[in-house]
Amino acid sequence: MTERATIIRDSVAVGAATAAYGISFGAVAIASGLSPFQAQALSGLMFTGASQFALIGVIGTGGGVLAAVAAAAFLGVRNSLYGFHMATILHVRGAQRLAAAQVTIDESTGMAMGHEDSPANARTAFWATGISVFVLWNAGTLLGSLGAGLLGDPARWGLDAAIPAAFLALLWPRLSNATARFTAVIAIILAIIATPLLPPGVPILVAGGCAVGLGIAFEHRRNRGPHSTQVNE
Amino acid sequence: MIWVAVLGGSISCFALKLLGYVIPERFLAHPNIMRVTALIPVAFLAALMPVQTLIGGDGQLVIDARLAGMLVALIALILRVPFLGVIVLASVTAALTRATGLMP
Repeated sequence: MTERATIIRDSVAVGAATAAYGISFGAVAIASGLSPFQAQALSGLMFTGASQFALIGVIGTGGGVLAAVAAAAFLGVRNSLYGFHMATILHVRGAQRLAAAQVTIDESTGMAMGHEDSPANARTAFWATGISVFVLWNAGTLLGSLGAGLLGDPARWGLDAAIPAAFLALLWPRLSNATARFTAVIAIILAIIATPLLPPGVPILVAGGCAVGLGIAFEHRRNRGPHSTQVNE
Repeated sequence: MIWVAVLGGSISCFALKLLGYVIPERFLAHPNIMRVTALIPVAFLAALMPVQTLIGGDGQLVIDARLAGMLVALIALILRVPFLGVIVLASVTAALTRATGLMP
C-alpha cells in the first residue's frame, strides 16, 4: 500500500467514526424540536459538530435565535485558527478556498497536522478527511433524524440525556491541562448560578465568556507564580 | 424562527472558517489570541453541560433522570468508552431510571 493510499484509508476511517456521532446529532436535533430538513441543513451548511450541538441545545431549552447563533459562533472560533494554519499548507484560491474553508474542522486539521513532515501528505490528509467526514457526517445525520421520528417521545428513550453527554464527551479530551480544567469548573458553576436569573440561552454566553476571562487570568498567575516551571505540562 | 437560527448560525460558522484563510498572519499568531481561542471551546462546552442536565421546562433547576445519565457518561469516559458508546449509555441510563420510576 502506498503512503498516499494509507493516508486516504485512515482519513475514511475517521469519517466513519464521525458518522456514528452524526447519527446521535440527527437524533438529538429532532429531540430538540428541529425538523429533519433543519437538522440536515445544519450538517451540510454549518458542518462543525460542537457548534451544531450548541445551537440545538440552546433552541431545545427555549433560548432565542441570537443566543443560539452566538453559542454556535463562539464554538466555531477555533476553526478560524485552523484555517489560518491550513492556508499556509494548502495555498488555495477562489472556489477551492471556499471548499477548503467549509471542510476546515477538528478532524481534517488534526489529520493534516499529523502528516506535516510532507506538505503533499498533509494536503492529502486534509482533503481526504474533510470530504469523507462531510459525506459520512451528513449520512449519519439523515439516519439519526429519520430514526428519531419513529421513536415518539424522546425523553422516554433518554435522548434528553444524550445532549449533555455529547457536550461532556466533546469536552473530555480538552481537559488535558490545569487551565482548561479550571476554566471548565468555573463555567459549570457560573452557568448553574446564572440560569435561574437570566433568560434561556444567555447564561451559556455569560458563563462561557467569564470563564474564558478567568481562565486566562488563572494561566497568567500560574506563569508568573513560584511554579512557573510546571506550566507546560 | 428555528430556520433563522439554522441559517444565521451556518453563515456565522462559515464566515469564521473563511476568516482564517484571509486574515493577515500577524494578527492570529499573537499568543494572547491563541490562548483565548484554545479556551473558548472548553468554556462553552462546560457551560452548556449543566444547562442541558439541570434545567427543567420552566427554566428552574431540577434533578431528574438526565443527571443519572450524565454520571454514567462520566464513568464511561473515565473507562475510555468511545463517543457513540458514551451517548448510548447516558440515554439508556436515563430511560431506565425513568421507566423504573427512580427519577422523573
